[in-house]
Amino acid sequence: MPHWLTLMLESLPSLLWAGLIFTIPLTLLSFMFGLAVGLSAALIRLFLPGPLAAIVRFYVWIIRGTPLLVQLFLIFYGLPSVGIILDAFTAALIGFTLNIGAYTSEILRAVISSVPKGQWEAAYSIGMNWRQAMQRTILPQAARVAVPPLSNTFISLVKDTSLAAAITVPELFQAAQRIVATSYEPLILYIEAALIYLALSSVLSSLQARIETRLNRYGGFLEARS
Amino acid sequence: MMVELTNIEKRFGDHTVLKNVSISVAEGSVMALVGPSGGGKSTLLRCMNLLEIPTSGSVEVAGDRLEFQSGVRVGMRQIQLLRRHTGMVFQNFQLFPHRTVIENVTEGLTTVLKWPKERARERAIALLAKVGLAHKTDVWPSTLSGGQQQRVAIARALAPSPKVLLCDEPTSALDPELSGEVVDVLAQLAREGTTMVMATHDLRLASRIANEVTVLDGGVIVETGASRDIFTKPKHERTRRFIATLTHEGHMHGEGI
Repeated sequence: MPHWLTLMLESLPSLLWAGLIFTIPLTLLSFMFGLAVGLSAALIRLFLPGPLAAIVRFYVWIIRGTPLLVQLFLIFYGLPSVGIILDAFTAALIGFTLNIGAYTSEILRAVISSVPKGQWEAAYSIGMNWRQAMQRTILPQAARVAVPPLSNTFISLVKDTSLAAAITVPELFQAAQRIVATSYEPLILYIEAALIYLALSSVLSSLQARIETRLNRYGGFLEARS
Repeated sequence: MMVELTNIEKRFGDHTVLKNVSISVAEGSVMALVGPSGGGKSTLLRCMNLLEIPTSGSVEVAGDRLEFQSGVRVGMRQIQLLRRHTGMVFQNFQLFPHRTVIENVTEGLTTVLKWPKERARERAIALLAKVGLAHKTDVWPSTLSGGQQQRVAIARALAPSPKVLLCDEPTSALDPELSGEVVDVLAQLAREGTTMVMATHDLRLASRIANEVTVLDGGVIVETGASRDIFTKPKHERTRRFIATLTHEGHMHGEGI
Protein backbone atom coordinates (compact mmCIF):
# COMPACT_ATOMS: atom_id res chain seq x y z
CA MET A 1 0.00 0.00 0.00
CA PRO A 2 1.43 3.44 -0.90
CA HIS A 3 2.46 5.67 1.96
CA TRP A 4 -0.18 8.34 1.27
CA LEU A 5 -3.00 5.82 1.35
CA THR A 6 -1.82 4.30 4.61
CA LEU A 7 -1.61 7.74 6.16
CA MET A 8 -5.08 8.68 4.95
CA LEU A 9 -6.62 5.46 6.24
CA GLU A 10 -4.89 5.77 9.59
CA SER A 11 -5.97 9.35 10.11
CA LEU A 12 -9.48 8.89 8.73
CA PRO A 13 -11.10 7.74 12.01
CA SER A 14 -9.89 10.76 13.98
CA LEU A 15 -10.96 13.16 11.25
CA LEU A 16 -14.39 11.57 10.95
CA TRP A 17 -14.77 11.51 14.71
CA ALA A 18 -13.93 15.22 14.96
CA GLY A 19 -16.44 15.84 12.18
CA LEU A 20 -19.08 13.77 13.91
CA ILE A 21 -18.83 15.32 17.35
CA PHE A 22 -17.91 18.92 16.41
CA THR A 23 -18.40 19.89 12.76
CA ILE A 24 -21.84 18.33 12.29
CA PRO A 25 -23.38 19.41 15.63
CA LEU A 26 -21.93 22.90 15.22
CA THR A 27 -23.40 23.13 11.72
CA LEU A 28 -26.84 21.77 12.62
CA LEU A 29 -27.24 23.73 15.84
CA SER A 30 -26.06 27.04 14.46
CA PHE A 31 -28.23 26.63 11.37
CA MET A 32 -31.29 25.81 13.46
CA PHE A 33 -30.78 28.70 15.89
CA GLY A 34 -29.68 30.97 13.06
CA LEU A 35 -32.84 30.22 11.11
CA ALA A 36 -34.94 31.09 14.16
CA VAL A 37 -33.04 34.37 14.56
CA GLY A 38 -33.33 35.02 10.82
CA LEU A 39 -37.09 34.39 10.74
CA SER A 40 -37.68 36.66 13.73
CA ALA A 41 -35.50 39.35 12.19
CA ALA A 42 -37.29 39.04 8.84
CA LEU A 43 -40.74 39.26 10.45
CA ILE A 44 -39.71 42.28 12.50
CA ARG A 45 -38.44 44.07 9.43
CA LEU A 46 -41.50 43.20 7.39
CA PHE A 47 -44.25 43.78 9.90
CA LEU A 48 -42.99 45.86 12.83
CA PRO A 49 -41.71 49.19 11.61
CA GLY A 50 -40.07 51.31 14.27
CA PRO A 51 -37.08 51.04 16.61
CA LEU A 52 -37.06 47.24 16.61
CA ALA A 53 -36.71 47.15 12.83
CA ALA A 54 -33.88 49.68 13.07
CA ILE A 55 -32.06 47.45 15.55
CA VAL A 56 -32.45 44.50 13.19
CA ARG A 57 -31.10 46.54 10.27
CA PHE A 58 -28.10 47.53 12.40
CA TYR A 59 -27.46 43.89 13.34
CA VAL A 60 -27.58 42.72 9.72
CA TRP A 61 -25.32 45.60 8.69
CA ILE A 62 -22.67 44.72 11.30
CA ILE A 63 -22.68 40.98 10.61
CA ARG A 64 -22.64 41.25 6.84
CA GLY A 65 -20.05 44.00 6.86
CA THR A 66 -17.40 42.27 8.97
CA PRO A 67 -15.43 39.06 8.37
CA LEU A 68 -16.71 35.93 10.08
CA LEU A 69 -13.21 35.15 11.36
CA VAL A 70 -12.99 38.57 13.03
CA GLN A 71 -16.43 38.01 14.61
CA LEU A 72 -15.31 34.66 16.02
CA PHE A 73 -12.10 36.19 17.43
CA LEU A 74 -14.08 39.01 19.03
CA ILE A 75 -16.43 36.58 20.75
CA PHE A 76 -13.80 34.10 21.90
CA TYR A 77 -10.69 36.24 22.51
CA GLY A 78 -12.26 39.69 22.86
CA LEU A 79 -15.21 39.19 25.22
CA PRO A 80 -13.10 37.84 28.15
CA SER A 81 -11.70 41.38 28.49
CA VAL A 82 -15.17 42.51 29.58
CA GLY A 83 -15.66 39.50 31.81
CA ILE A 84 -17.54 37.25 29.40
CA ILE A 85 -15.68 33.98 29.14
CA LEU A 86 -17.09 31.34 26.82
CA ASP A 87 -15.77 27.91 25.97
CA ALA A 88 -14.66 27.52 22.38
CA PHE A 89 -17.67 25.52 21.15
CA THR A 90 -20.18 27.96 22.67
CA ALA A 91 -18.31 30.93 21.23
CA ALA A 92 -18.31 29.31 17.79
CA LEU A 93 -22.00 28.42 18.11
CA ILE A 94 -22.88 32.02 18.98
CA GLY A 95 -20.75 33.39 16.16
CA PHE A 96 -22.19 31.10 13.50
CA THR A 97 -25.75 31.56 14.77
CA LEU A 98 -25.47 35.35 14.53
CA ASN A 99 -23.96 35.00 11.09
CA ILE A 100 -26.62 32.63 9.76
CA GLY A 101 -29.32 34.77 11.39
CA ALA A 102 -28.22 37.87 9.50
CA TYR A 103 -27.89 36.19 6.11
CA THR A 104 -31.09 34.13 6.33
CA SER A 105 -33.09 37.13 7.54
CA GLU A 106 -32.44 38.79 4.20
CA ILE A 107 -33.39 35.62 2.30
CA LEU A 108 -36.55 35.08 4.34
CA ARG A 109 -37.61 38.69 4.05
CA ALA A 110 -37.37 38.46 0.28
CA VAL A 111 -39.21 35.15 -0.08
CA ILE A 112 -42.00 36.10 2.32
CA SER A 113 -42.65 39.27 0.37
CA SER A 114 -42.54 37.30 -2.89
CA VAL A 115 -45.82 35.55 -2.03
CA PRO A 116 -48.57 37.48 -3.86
CA LYS A 117 -50.64 39.87 -1.74
CA GLY A 118 -53.79 38.14 -2.99
CA GLN A 119 -52.81 35.07 -0.98
CA TRP A 120 -53.03 37.09 2.23
CA GLU A 121 -56.40 38.39 1.13
CA ALA A 122 -57.65 34.91 0.27
CA ALA A 123 -56.54 33.67 3.69
CA TYR A 124 -58.21 36.62 5.45
CA SER A 125 -61.36 36.18 3.36
CA ILE A 126 -61.95 32.70 4.78
CA GLY A 127 -61.59 34.09 8.30
CA MET A 128 -57.95 33.43 9.13
CA ASN A 129 -56.11 35.74 11.48
CA TRP A 130 -52.57 36.99 10.78
CA ARG A 131 -50.85 34.06 12.44
CA GLN A 132 -52.96 31.45 10.66
CA ALA A 133 -52.46 33.18 7.32
CA MET A 134 -48.71 33.31 7.92
CA GLN A 135 -48.37 29.70 9.08
CA ARG A 136 -50.78 28.00 6.74
CA THR A 137 -50.66 30.08 3.59
CA ILE A 138 -47.65 32.38 3.32
CA LEU A 139 -44.78 30.46 4.94
CA PRO A 140 -45.37 27.16 3.09
CA GLN A 141 -45.25 29.01 -0.23
CA ALA A 142 -42.28 31.12 0.83
CA ALA A 143 -40.46 27.97 1.97
CA ARG A 144 -40.50 26.60 -1.54
CA VAL A 145 -38.77 29.67 -2.94
CA ALA A 146 -36.42 29.74 0.04
CA VAL A 147 -34.96 26.26 -0.38
CA PRO A 148 -32.26 27.04 -2.99
CA PRO A 149 -30.83 30.15 -1.26
CA LEU A 150 -31.10 28.57 2.20
CA SER A 151 -29.33 25.46 0.93
CA ASN A 152 -26.51 27.65 -0.33
CA THR A 153 -26.20 29.21 3.09
CA PHE A 154 -26.26 25.81 4.74
CA ILE A 155 -23.57 24.35 2.48
CA SER A 156 -21.38 27.41 3.00
CA LEU A 157 -21.85 26.98 6.73
CA VAL A 158 -20.56 23.39 6.69
CA LYS A 159 -17.35 24.61 5.14
CA ASP A 160 -17.13 27.78 7.23
CA THR A 161 -17.17 25.76 10.45
CA SER A 162 -13.51 25.04 9.66
CA LEU A 163 -12.88 28.61 10.83
CA ALA A 164 -13.74 27.40 14.33
CA ALA A 165 -10.32 25.71 14.31
CA ALA A 166 -8.86 29.19 14.73
CA ILE A 167 -10.61 29.60 18.07
CA THR A 168 -9.47 26.16 19.29
CA VAL A 169 -12.59 24.11 18.53
CA PRO A 170 -11.24 20.60 17.83
CA GLU A 171 -13.35 20.10 14.73
CA LEU A 172 -12.50 18.29 11.51
CA PHE A 173 -9.96 20.75 10.14
CA GLN A 174 -8.21 21.15 13.45
CA ALA A 175 -7.94 17.37 13.73
CA ALA A 176 -6.18 17.42 10.36
CA GLN A 177 -3.85 20.19 11.54
CA ARG A 178 -2.94 18.21 14.62
CA ILE A 179 -1.98 15.16 12.59
CA VAL A 180 0.06 17.36 10.22
CA ALA A 181 1.98 18.63 13.24
CA THR A 182 3.28 15.12 13.94
CA SER A 183 3.34 13.54 10.47
CA TYR A 184 4.66 16.52 8.47
CA GLU A 185 2.37 15.55 5.57
CA PRO A 186 0.26 18.69 5.00
CA LEU A 187 -0.56 17.88 1.38
CA ILE A 188 -2.02 14.47 2.12
CA LEU A 189 -3.89 15.46 5.27
CA TYR A 190 -5.37 18.66 3.87
CA ILE A 191 -6.50 16.85 0.70
CA GLU A 192 -8.14 14.30 2.95
CA ALA A 193 -9.92 17.02 4.95
CA ALA A 194 -11.02 18.69 1.71
CA LEU A 195 -12.44 15.38 0.44
CA ILE A 196 -14.48 14.92 3.60
CA TYR A 197 -15.95 18.43 3.28
CA LEU A 198 -16.65 17.71 -0.38
CA ALA A 199 -18.50 14.53 0.54
CA LEU A 200 -20.56 16.36 3.16
CA SER A 201 -21.49 19.14 0.74
CA SER A 202 -22.41 16.65 -1.97
CA VAL A 203 -24.75 14.78 0.35
CA LEU A 204 -26.40 18.09 1.25
CA SER A 205 -26.74 19.13 -2.39
CA SER A 206 -28.54 15.94 -3.28
CA LEU A 207 -30.76 16.42 -0.24
CA GLN A 208 -31.55 19.91 -1.51
CA ALA A 209 -32.53 18.53 -4.91
CA ARG A 210 -34.91 16.08 -3.26
CA ILE A 211 -36.54 18.75 -1.12
CA GLU A 212 -36.96 20.98 -4.16
CA THR A 213 -38.66 18.24 -6.14
CA ARG A 214 -41.02 17.60 -3.27
CA LEU A 215 -41.89 21.26 -2.81
CA ASN A 216 -42.28 21.84 -6.54
CA ARG A 217 -44.91 19.16 -6.98
CA TYR A 218 -47.77 21.66 -6.99
CA GLY A 219 -46.33 23.85 -9.72
CA GLY A 220 -45.65 27.24 -8.21
CA PHE A 221 -47.69 30.37 -7.75
CA LEU A 222 -50.95 30.35 -9.64
CA GLU A 223 -51.39 33.04 -12.22
CA ALA A 224 -54.74 33.90 -13.68
CA ARG A 225 -55.26 31.49 -16.56
CA SER A 226 -58.25 30.76 -18.64
CA MET B 1 -80.69 44.58 5.60
CA MET B 2 -78.02 41.93 5.21
CA VAL B 3 -75.35 44.45 4.25
CA GLU B 4 -75.56 48.11 5.11
CA LEU B 5 -72.75 50.56 4.45
CA THR B 6 -73.34 54.12 5.59
CA ASN B 7 -71.43 57.26 4.62
CA ILE B 8 -68.36 55.34 3.54
CA GLU B 9 -65.35 57.42 2.71
CA LYS B 10 -62.11 55.81 1.58
CA ARG B 11 -58.92 57.75 0.96
CA PHE B 12 -55.54 56.47 -0.15
CA GLY B 13 -53.25 59.33 0.79
CA ASP B 14 -54.61 62.40 -0.99
CA HIS B 15 -56.73 60.36 -3.36
CA THR B 16 -60.37 59.86 -2.38
CA VAL B 17 -61.69 56.62 -3.87
CA LEU B 18 -65.12 56.60 -2.22
CA LYS B 19 -67.01 59.74 -1.28
CA ASN B 20 -69.83 59.42 1.19
CA VAL B 21 -71.22 56.19 -0.26
CA SER B 22 -74.21 54.49 1.35
CA ILE B 23 -75.57 51.22 0.07
CA SER B 24 -77.71 48.42 1.42
CA VAL B 25 -78.32 44.90 0.22
CA ALA B 26 -81.38 42.97 1.35
CA GLU B 27 -81.19 39.34 2.43
CA GLY B 28 -81.54 37.01 -0.54
CA SER B 29 -80.94 39.65 -3.17
CA VAL B 30 -78.09 40.00 -5.63
CA MET B 31 -76.49 43.40 -6.06
CA ALA B 32 -74.18 44.20 -8.95
CA LEU B 33 -71.74 47.08 -8.58
CA VAL B 34 -70.94 48.36 -12.06
CA GLY B 35 -69.14 51.35 -13.50
CA PRO B 36 -65.90 52.30 -15.22
CA SER B 37 -62.59 51.00 -13.88
CA GLY B 38 -61.29 53.17 -11.09
CA GLY B 39 -64.85 54.19 -10.25
CA GLY B 40 -64.62 52.61 -6.80
CA LYS B 41 -66.73 49.46 -7.21
CA SER B 42 -63.97 47.07 -6.20
CA THR B 43 -62.96 49.21 -3.22
CA LEU B 44 -66.58 49.40 -2.08
CA LEU B 45 -66.90 45.63 -2.32
CA ARG B 46 -63.69 45.17 -0.35
CA CYS B 47 -65.00 47.50 2.36
CA MET B 48 -67.81 44.98 2.91
CA ASN B 49 -65.39 42.35 4.26
CA LEU B 50 -62.89 44.92 5.49
CA LEU B 51 -60.04 43.90 3.22
CA GLU B 52 -60.11 47.67 2.81
CA ILE B 53 -60.69 49.61 6.01
CA PRO B 54 -62.90 52.62 5.34
CA THR B 55 -61.43 55.97 6.35
CA SER B 56 -64.81 56.78 7.88
CA GLY B 57 -68.36 55.50 7.88
CA SER B 58 -70.02 52.38 9.18
CA VAL B 59 -70.21 48.84 7.93
CA GLU B 60 -72.91 46.44 9.03
CA VAL B 61 -73.07 42.81 7.90
CA ALA B 62 -75.63 40.32 9.21
CA GLY B 63 -76.42 42.50 12.22
CA ASP B 64 -72.81 43.18 13.31
CA ARG B 65 -71.86 46.80 12.94
CA LEU B 66 -68.51 48.59 13.01
CA GLU B 67 -67.91 52.33 12.99
CA PHE B 68 -64.81 53.81 11.41
CA GLN B 69 -63.26 57.23 11.97
CA SER B 70 -59.93 58.50 10.80
CA GLY B 71 -57.35 58.17 13.57
CA VAL B 72 -59.29 55.48 15.43
CA ARG B 73 -58.10 51.91 15.00
CA VAL B 74 -60.66 49.13 15.08
CA GLY B 75 -59.47 45.87 16.66
CA MET B 76 -58.48 42.92 14.47
CA ARG B 77 -60.83 40.63 16.40
CA GLN B 78 -63.87 42.75 15.61
CA ILE B 79 -62.84 43.00 11.98
CA GLN B 80 -62.51 39.23 11.84
CA LEU B 81 -65.89 38.64 13.45
CA LEU B 82 -67.58 40.79 10.84
CA ARG B 83 -65.51 39.28 8.05
CA ARG B 84 -66.63 35.78 8.99
CA HIS B 85 -70.15 36.65 7.83
CA THR B 86 -68.73 36.99 4.32
CA GLY B 87 -67.05 34.85 1.70
CA MET B 88 -65.10 36.26 -1.20
CA VAL B 89 -64.35 35.26 -4.77
CA PHE B 90 -61.43 37.07 -6.40
CA GLN B 91 -60.75 38.09 -9.96
CA ASN B 92 -57.58 35.98 -10.09
CA PHE B 93 -59.10 33.10 -8.08
CA GLN B 94 -56.29 33.14 -5.48
CA LEU B 95 -56.57 29.46 -4.70
CA PHE B 96 -53.89 28.19 -2.33
CA PRO B 97 -51.46 26.60 -4.82
CA HIS B 98 -49.81 24.39 -2.21
CA ARG B 99 -53.07 22.70 -1.27
CA THR B 100 -55.16 20.30 -3.31
CA VAL B 101 -58.62 21.26 -4.50
CA ILE B 102 -60.36 19.68 -1.53
CA GLU B 103 -57.82 21.11 0.93
CA ASN B 104 -58.55 24.55 -0.46
CA VAL B 105 -62.20 24.05 0.43
CA THR B 106 -61.64 22.48 3.87
CA GLU B 107 -58.96 24.99 4.93
CA GLY B 108 -61.37 27.54 6.42
CA LEU B 109 -63.39 24.84 8.14
CA THR B 110 -60.50 23.04 9.82
CA THR B 111 -58.14 25.94 10.50
CA VAL B 112 -60.60 28.69 11.40
CA LEU B 113 -63.74 26.91 12.57
CA LYS B 114 -61.83 23.90 14.00
CA TRP B 115 -64.16 21.39 12.39
CA PRO B 116 -63.05 17.76 12.60
CA LYS B 117 -61.33 16.66 9.37
CA GLU B 118 -63.96 14.13 8.35
CA ARG B 119 -66.87 16.52 8.70
CA ALA B 120 -65.01 19.24 6.75
CA ARG B 121 -64.24 16.72 4.03
CA GLU B 122 -67.88 15.73 3.68
CA ARG B 123 -68.95 19.35 3.34
CA ALA B 124 -66.18 20.05 0.83
CA ILE B 125 -67.18 17.08 -1.30
CA ALA B 126 -70.79 18.27 -1.31
CA LEU B 127 -69.74 21.78 -2.32
CA LEU B 128 -67.39 20.55 -5.04
CA ALA B 129 -70.22 18.40 -6.42
CA LYS B 130 -72.43 21.46 -6.42
CA VAL B 131 -69.94 23.43 -8.56
CA GLY B 132 -69.48 20.39 -10.81
CA LEU B 133 -66.00 19.40 -9.70
CA ALA B 134 -66.60 16.26 -7.66
CA HIS B 135 -64.11 14.45 -9.91
CA LYS B 136 -61.29 16.91 -9.20
CA THR B 137 -61.04 16.74 -5.40
CA ASP B 138 -57.47 15.53 -5.14
CA VAL B 139 -55.67 17.43 -7.91
CA TRP B 140 -53.46 20.52 -7.63
CA PRO B 141 -55.16 23.79 -8.56
CA SER B 142 -52.45 24.46 -11.16
CA THR B 143 -53.79 21.57 -13.26
CA LEU B 144 -57.26 23.14 -13.60
CA SER B 145 -58.59 25.56 -16.21
CA GLY B 146 -59.41 29.10 -15.12
CA GLY B 147 -63.14 28.37 -15.02
CA GLN B 148 -62.56 25.29 -12.87
CA GLN B 149 -60.26 27.23 -10.54
CA GLN B 150 -62.89 29.91 -10.09
CA ARG B 151 -65.53 27.28 -9.29
CA VAL B 152 -63.21 25.80 -6.63
CA ALA B 153 -62.79 29.34 -5.28
CA ILE B 154 -66.58 29.66 -5.05
CA ALA B 155 -66.77 26.36 -3.14
CA ARG B 156 -63.99 27.57 -0.81
CA ALA B 157 -65.82 30.84 -0.17
CA LEU B 158 -69.09 29.03 0.57
CA ALA B 159 -67.58 26.39 2.86
CA PRO B 160 -67.97 28.28 6.15
CA SER B 161 -71.62 29.11 5.21
CA PRO B 162 -71.17 32.89 4.94
CA LYS B 163 -74.23 35.13 5.07
CA VAL B 164 -73.03 37.09 2.03
CA LEU B 165 -70.94 36.07 -0.96
CA LEU B 166 -68.79 38.88 -2.35
CA CYS B 167 -67.49 38.49 -5.90
CA ASP B 168 -64.78 40.80 -7.21
CA GLU B 169 -64.85 40.64 -11.02
CA PRO B 170 -65.43 36.87 -10.89
CA THR B 171 -65.37 36.41 -14.68
CA SER B 172 -62.91 39.07 -15.87
CA ALA B 173 -59.89 36.79 -15.98
CA LEU B 174 -61.77 34.19 -18.04
CA ASP B 175 -62.43 33.69 -21.73
CA PRO B 176 -66.13 34.03 -22.62
CA GLU B 177 -66.66 30.28 -22.98
CA LEU B 178 -65.06 29.60 -19.59
CA SER B 179 -66.83 32.46 -17.87
CA GLY B 180 -70.12 30.79 -18.84
CA GLU B 181 -69.57 27.92 -16.43
CA VAL B 182 -68.84 30.38 -13.61
CA VAL B 183 -71.92 32.46 -14.44
CA ASP B 184 -74.03 29.27 -14.35
CA VAL B 185 -72.80 28.40 -10.86
CA LEU B 186 -73.43 31.93 -9.57
CA ALA B 187 -76.88 31.96 -11.17
CA GLN B 188 -77.77 28.75 -9.38
CA LEU B 189 -76.62 30.24 -6.06
CA ALA B 190 -78.77 33.30 -6.74
CA ARG B 191 -81.82 31.10 -7.40
CA GLU B 192 -81.23 29.37 -4.08
CA GLY B 193 -81.43 32.71 -2.31
CA THR B 194 -77.75 33.37 -1.59
CA THR B 195 -77.18 37.04 -0.81
CA MET B 196 -74.50 38.25 -3.20
CA VAL B 197 -72.69 41.44 -4.05
CA MET B 198 -70.55 41.47 -7.15
CA ALA B 199 -68.30 44.10 -8.65
CA THR B 200 -68.29 43.43 -12.36
CA HIS B 201 -68.18 44.91 -15.81
CA ASP B 202 -69.54 41.69 -17.28
CA LEU B 203 -73.03 42.75 -18.37
CA ARG B 204 -74.02 39.20 -19.13
CA LEU B 205 -73.28 38.31 -15.51
CA ALA B 206 -74.96 41.38 -14.05
CA SER B 207 -78.09 41.22 -16.19
CA ARG B 208 -78.59 37.51 -15.70
CA ILE B 209 -78.04 37.32 -11.98
CA ALA B 210 -78.43 40.66 -10.28
CA ASN B 211 -81.82 41.99 -9.26
CA GLU B 212 -80.31 45.28 -8.17
CA VAL B 213 -77.61 47.38 -9.76
CA THR B 214 -75.57 50.23 -8.36
CA VAL B 215 -73.56 52.36 -10.79
CA LEU B 216 -70.40 53.90 -9.34
CA ASP B 217 -68.28 56.50 -11.05
CA GLY B 218 -65.63 58.75 -9.59
CA GLY B 219 -66.20 57.35 -6.10
CA VAL B 220 -69.89 58.27 -5.91
CA ILE B 221 -73.10 56.38 -6.61
CA VAL B 222 -74.53 57.63 -9.90
CA GLU B 223 -77.64 55.54 -9.88
CA THR B 224 -79.11 52.57 -8.10
CA GLY B 225 -82.18 50.52 -8.81
CA ALA B 226 -83.71 47.32 -10.13
CA SER B 227 -81.44 45.80 -12.74
CA ARG B 228 -84.01 45.70 -15.55
CA ASP B 229 -84.65 49.44 -15.10
CA ILE B 230 -80.96 50.34 -15.07
CA PHE B 231 -80.17 48.29 -18.15
CA THR B 232 -83.24 49.20 -20.20
CA LYS B 233 -84.06 52.76 -19.13
CA PRO B 234 -81.16 54.33 -17.26
CA LYS B 235 -82.05 57.71 -15.79
CA HIS B 236 -78.61 59.24 -15.93
CA GLU B 237 -76.55 60.16 -18.93
CA ARG B 238 -73.41 58.69 -17.33
CA THR B 239 -75.12 55.34 -16.82
CA ARG B 240 -76.38 55.37 -20.40
CA ARG B 241 -72.93 56.09 -21.78
CA PHE B 242 -71.36 53.44 -19.57
CA ILE B 243 -73.83 50.76 -20.61
CA ALA B 244 -73.40 51.76 -24.25
CA THR B 245 -69.63 51.21 -24.03
CA LEU B 246 -70.17 47.79 -22.46
CA THR B 247 -72.70 46.54 -24.99
CA HIS B 248 -70.47 47.88 -27.74
CA GLU B 249 -67.53 45.94 -26.32
CA GLY B 250 -69.77 42.93 -25.95
CA HIS B 251 -70.74 43.03 -29.64
CA MET B 252 -67.13 43.44 -30.63
CA HIS B 253 -66.37 40.21 -28.79
CA GLY B 254 -69.51 38.57 -30.09
CA GLU B 255 -71.27 38.33 -26.74
CA GLY B 256 -74.14 40.75 -26.36
CA ILE B 257 -76.54 40.67 -23.47
